[in-house]
Amino acid sequence: MVPLAGAGLALVNTGLGRARSAAHSMVAALCVMAVAALVYAIVGFAWQGIAGHPGHALVVAGKAWGWIAAEPFFLRGLRLGLSPTALVILLQVFGVGLAGLVPLSSGADRWRLGAICASTVLLAGFTYPLFAHWVWGGGWLAQLGANCGLGRGFVDGGGSSTIQVVGGLTALSMTWILGPRRGKFSAEGMPAALPGHNAVLVLLGCMLAWMGWMALNSAGAMLFAGAETGRVPLIAVNTTLCAAASAVAAAVVTRVRFERPDASLTANGWVAGLVASSAAAAFLKPAAAMIVGGVAGILVVTAADFLEFQLAIDDPGGAVSVHALGGLWGVLAVASLADAGPHGQWLAQLVGIATLLGCVLPLTYTLNWGLDRMYRQRVEREGEAQGMDLFELGAGAYPEFDIRGDEFLQK
Amino acid sequence: MKMAGFLLLIAGWAIVVSAVALLPSAGARVAFVLAGVAVELFGLGLAVRAHLVLPAEGE
Repeated sequence: MVPLAGAGLALVNTGLGRARSAAHSMVAALCVMAVAALVYAIVGFAWQGIAGHPGHALVVAGKAWGWIAAEPFFLRGLRLGLSPTALVILLQVFGVGLAGLVPLSSGADRWRLGAICASTVLLAGFTYPLFAHWVWGGGWLAQLGANCGLGRGFVDGGGSSTIQVVGGLTALSMTWILGPRRGKFSAEGMPAALPGHNAVLVLLGCMLAWMGWMALNSAGAMLFAGAETGRVPLIAVNTTLCAAASAVAAAVVTRVRFERPDASLTANGWVAGLVASSAAAAFLKPAAAMIVGGVAGILVVTAADFLEFQLAIDDPGGAVSVHALGGLWGVLAVASLADAGPHGQWLAQLVGIATLLGCVLPLTYTLNWGLDRMYRQRVEREGEAQGMDLFELGAGAYPEFDIRGDEFLQK
Repeated sequence: MKMAGFLLLIAGWAIVVSAVALLPSAGARVAFVLAGVAVELFGLGLAVRAHLVLPAEGE
């Protein structure tokens, strides 16, 4: 069921983009999943590995700090029958695709298809496996408990950090590298509203994502956080409650602020709840899951406005607020709201967040900036005016309908 | 400013990792981790400022 999360995100991204780039958005999603799976199988898994398998470690103060795995390339020599190794690889092929889908929404309507694929190679081939090794592959973040006495080490069962924040920080990097869509900001710096073209796709995407996320959180908690099979119903309930509370919170906040609930922000609230639930779904009580979701819903609406109005970040699908901030909040929730674990869990989670901001963000930005120097990632001016569908694919998603141009944009 | 922001992000992370790896006392560890995170936030602020789009550039 995990691929349903990818299908859901693809629909959400497409619905929140412009009609003239809808086919491009769906093709890009398919290409991202394909490229991510191939690159991960060729090199990604070799860097990520599995806890207990061979890896490279630095010895500091007499303790080993695993920093990268040493598995074979092309998945050679691995036991891929009904084994934990096979299940980890299967889940990771989906997970890396999900992480690759996140930045798509931030680069909507201006990110070239070839560049999207090249950027996915960097994400699936290096950035994602490196951080995933530290958290899920027995790396130094996972060892913080054993090495430094910090709780159970950095805990993230379903990928709030490894999948969502890594994808969200890549999305932030892409908004900076690509720049805003033409016409998004007026001469005075005021943002124009460029509404999504299909709320039905967005809301259907939320439903599909819900299915996928229940599977993702359950499988991740069992494979990476030691949860027993009997906890699956609790994980599914917590995932649902978290998304529900987040969507309701987002609807209420938008109702209060704009006098009616906003469909796209409510949908983003739903997804942010799913994102925040991933890290701790196996360890939360249902009431705590509702609190995690409620905070995520308020956070996503507030952050979306702040990023656009104060920081001039043009993020059409809200990837930064939903996935980066929602994921960071999920990681913190493990320490603050999950069932009491050993002492020091707060510090372990904080070290994980510091690693995301201080290592993953500069790394993903530098890689994508370097790629942009060699192979321009933003489409030509003509392509943006024409729409990505016609310019890059030669045909639109809705050939029998008139597609609006830029006439409504402020000059 | 962009470069300074990213360098501060990395420097803050280095402080956090060094504190966790090298300091034995829990109090000092917490203090240095918080200091490292503060340096990172300052770096993030600089990076964000460096990317603020001037209206003329956005067009």
